[in-house]
Amino acid sequence: MIDLSVNVHNLLLKNPVMSASGTFGYGIEFDDFIDVNRLGGILTKACTSKNRDGNRYPRMAETPAGMLNSVGLQNKGVDYFINTIYPKIEHYDTHIIVNVSDSTVEGYMEVAEKLNSLDKVTGIELNISCPNVKEGGMAFGTSCPMAGAVTKAVRGVYNKTMIVKLSPNVTNIAEIAKAVEDEGADSVSVINTLLGMAIDAEKRRPILSTITGGLSGPAIKPIALRMVWQVSKSVKIPVIGLGGISNATDAIEFLLAGATAIQVGTANFIDPQVCIKILEGIEEYCNRHGVKDIKELIGALDC
Amino acid sequence: MKKFIHDFEVTHNHHITDDYFAIYLKCPVALPQILPGQFAEVLVSNSTTTYLRRPFSIYDVDYQKNVLCLLIKKVGDGTSALSKLKQGDILNLIYPLGNSFSLPEGKKALLIGGGVGIAPMLLLAKLLHEKGYKPDVLIGGRTSNDIVEPEKYKPFGEVFITTDDGSAGEKGMVTQHSLFSENVKEYSVIYACGPDPMMKAVAKVAASLEIPCEISLENTMACGIGACLCCVVETIDGNKTTCIEGPVFDTRKLK
Repeated sequence: MIDLSVNVHNLLLKNPVMSASGTFGYGIEFDDFIDVNRLGGILTKACTSKNRDGNRYPRMAETPAGMLNSVGLQNKGVDYFINTIYPKIEHYDTHIIVNVSDSTVEGYMEVAEKLNSLDKVTGIELNISCPNVKEGGMAFGTSCPMAGAVTKAVRGVYNKTMIVKLSPNVTNIAEIAKAVEDEGADSVSVINTLLGMAIDAEKRRPILSTITGGLSGPAIKPIALRMVWQVSKSVKIPVIGLGGISNATDAIEFLLAGATAIQVGTANFIDPQVCIKILEGIEEYCNRHGVKDIKELIGALDC
Repeated sequence: MKKFIHDFEVTHNHHITDDYFAIYLKCPVALPQILPGQFAEVLVSNSTTTYLRRPFSIYDVDYQKNVLCLLIKKVGDGTSALSKLKQGDILNLIYPLGNSFSLPEGKKALLIGGGVGIAPMLLLAKLLHEKGYKPDVLIGGRTSNDIVEPEKYKPFGEVFITTDDGSAGEKGMVTQHSLFSENVKEYSVIYACGPDPMMKAVAKVAASLEIPCEISLENTMACGIGACLCCVVETIDGNKTTCIEGPVFDTRKLK
């Protein structure tokens, strides 16, 4: 029997495979395809303090080995999540981690504070790629002071595991990781989407209504992998790796680079059963390599 | 309705005109019930330049043989790759997705399809006929090349045709067909699927005649199962996903 369990701060995950926020709804959407209980954890769609309609359509563009999205955090707000969505998902026998997003520090705090009381929500993931409206729309995660400030503020009101999801649209992601670690982050997830653009040459117009959007999918994997490697050498807290993971080999690569756990995102659109295939593929790799405990692979890159 | 994911086997790829083909796919298990208007998300297996699945209306279903059929128009890399598939090739589908057209109050229905927008109308015509309605079908296109398999609808009701260039049927756009100045008021519902300007024009006419109208939208989508929220359309009740709460919408609810 291979021990696939990993520890992200206080959270004991039965295995390192989690679903990425924004790609898995609230879990329910995938019930027809997989047994969600088998995952190490699920990251819910972003939850903001107030209802958000999101950006105008079109919100997506296919790109080589990937896609751009500018959904714009569409969700009905934290109160709706607590009253209407949570009761439908609290039965899941896996870690439910709510992705928390907002445009002001106060907004983040309000969401995090309200989530404290939900027993089955064992942690939150702070999405700091959101524009900070008080700083002219610069993303929180693009500067150490802003990233640190929002982390510190939420740490002050949230008692359970707090993961901070880093933006890769920075010059030095390790610096940002250290800044949030210093302010009490229990873990960092690396990376969110990269800023990109798509154009319709025939219509001579941008494809996305917002002109630019977030790039995800296999195309970003080398960047994500590099950033996981850099960040895991700079912080002591566990790193959760994501960015273009499409199969078990990708997952293993992220573990070797230093990730304690991984998230699968865009790949779910190609194959809604991919998370389970990755889980089973990880097991097969361990069998083949004589790995008895998956934790042996974390940061085990030979270099 | 439960969603499924299966590897289908191509039994036949029927090239209809230069740009249109109907691909027949055999399911390895018994097909679930599929409603008119529903679609499948198809993983294109033979293209190096596509990534996401492509959504297609389900054109026809044979429950005896467990075969479903997709009507596809070549518009880009994904659809061109699919046009090259042959008997025995495998195609993975997530299906049946989306909602379906609702049944009318009265007896007569007008089904309008523009180009490949005719795709959801065959199953709808069959169902309406089964239930005792009279479905008339109006097919519109730029040229006669865009009028796909009109003979399939003749067992169920009258078939009308318009082409922009007059190469088949009446010359003009679908809303310029003579039936709109004659007996359109006899219809208790109008269904439409096709280019956005066509559906907008039909919806306008339906509204002015106070005839209920449902259209099927084709928004770009990533997951097809309600998780990513990319495919939304604005309605009077807020944003709705075309993959779960659509693709069929009552035109009075759309903005």
